[in-house]
Amino acid sequence: MQSTKTTLNIEQIRKDFPILKRKIHGKQLVYLDNAATSQKPIQVIEAITDYYKNHNANIHRSIHTLGEEATKGYEEAHDKVAEFINADSYQNIVFTKNTTEAINLLAYSLTSKLKKGDEIVISEMEHHSNFVPWQQLAKQRNLKLKFIKINEEGMLDAESVNNNVTKKTKIVSLTHVSNVLGTINPIKGIAKLAHENGALMIADCAQSIPHIPIDIKSLDIDFCAFSGHKMLGPTGIGALYGKMELLEEMQPFLYGGEMIREVNFDDTKFNDLPWKFEAGTMNIVEGIGLGVAIDYLNKIGMGNIQKRDEELVGYAMKRLKEIKGLAIYGPEERGAVISFNVKGVHAHDVSQILDSEGIAIRAGHHCCMPLMSVLKLPATARASFYLYNTEEEIDKMIGAIHKVKKLFGI
Amino acid sequence: MYQEQILDHYKNPRNRGIIGNATVHHHEKNPLCGDELDVYLLIDDDKNIADVKIQARGCAISTASASMMTDKVKGKNIEEIKKMKKDDVLEMLGIPISAARLKCAILSLDTFKNAIVIFEKYIKEPGVKGER
Repeated sequence: MQSTKTTLNIEQIRKDFPILKRKIHGKQLVYLDNAATSQKPIQVIEAITDYYKNHNANIHRSIHTLGEEATKGYEEAHDKVAEFINADSYQNIVFTKNTTEAINLLAYSLTSKLKKGDEIVISEMEHHSNFVPWQQLAKQRNLKLKFIKINEEGMLDAESVNNNVTKKTKIVSLTHVSNVLGTINPIKGIAKLAHENGALMIADCAQSIPHIPIDIKSLDIDFCAFSGHKMLGPTGIGALYGKMELLEEMQPFLYGGEMIREVNFDDTKFNDLPWKFEAGTMNIVEGIGLGVAIDYLNKIGMGNIQKRDEELVGYAMKRLKEIKGLAIYGPEERGAVISFNVKGVHAHDVSQILDSEGIAIRAGHHCCMPLMSVLKLPATARASFYLYNTEEEIDKMIGAIHKVKKLFGI
Repeated sequence: MYQEQILDHYKNPRNRGIIGNATVHHHEKNPLCGDELDVYLLIDDDKNIADVKIQARGCAISTASASMMTDKVKGKNIEEIKKMKKDDVLEMLGIPISAARLKCAILSLDTFKNAIVIFEKYIKEPGVKGER
């Protein structure tokens, strides 16, 4: 944990997020469900409105001013994403609907070249988005899917990593930060191990990219997938980063308009990267909105955001530990996510009572049913933080948890 | 929503336990929440509910709903359970249920009704011991 106090002006940041003024059941909204989706700054909201008011056209085909403006905005958004994660070029960046679609693209495209018995390695803590695509493709294509175990602390078990990543492994796909446990996985080290064994390394960065500076060159990963809506951007837009030579080799995932260079009756030549993977009219304004969200994050500084997250999580952990009869899941060192249960109370009841106080948290299995079965839990409550949250909001949550305990007589 | 009556049924569910010689035992689960309910029914020759027991694991709403349901169905004919609807359960609970919690509230109804479906489908003669 960093000890230096953040220099961010949180009050100023909060002014950029109109929804934070909302009242819920007469109480001031406290939004602590950022791992599900983040709120949007006015800059992103206005960019979307401005696009529809002043620039709306389809991209890449219209020989008119609006078409050129739309194309420029959409393409520049690819540049911004590339720069944000230290990729070489916009050509490494394929826009998708979300993380799930990016991983499906990889699952379909990469497994098409694998042979019966080839192995894919994921972990017990994966979100369904990095679980079900591999499970289903492995079944369809007779591949072997293996799972890295988690240890009691909720971290990847080192021995299990070594045992599972072998010469038979063709793909390793792991979450960077767990959306339930908050665990920050050692992606760089595992990427090295994967490469030593001749396997490809994929990182699901959905929970890391909003909070941690990501440098794909330093991590040396082959692919990375993430969603725009968890990093202040709109829903409906996500991205897949891939190394050029790998993307070039890969078969497109979706066929149709825009992804072609030339179509004849008996064959089709595909478009250049990244458009080869962006079939049909894409979510243009959402892509532009993601670019504006990245501008916003850059203005604040990802290093500052990381520091601020650490402060918030550190404070919340300290306060939560003061409450008797509360179970907290996952390691001490963690991302901006804390899963917990109030002993004797179902997470849905906790969430409902917090909602009556205006506090939004998540409750349930968090799209990680296999992990929940490993943890032997039906559900957990989860508070997740972002740059606009405050210590006062965490205090309100703590107060509301005490109210839950009082109501249930615990 | 968390009125005393609901919390009381949650903390002390009525008719908790099992029936060893149940006519029908049925288990249902709402995997999205992790709410689970086991219903044991002893059905007599006239197809009346002679005894009922439950094992409920889940949130306050689903547990309270199951508990209240046992009081409601005891002594009733299975035809009356077959006629029960979602609104009857909501009325029984007597609290506003949001759309997100509806599944919690009606898990009990589904489990009881499906227990009756199984009873009618698999157990030809009323009163015969059986478990499914």
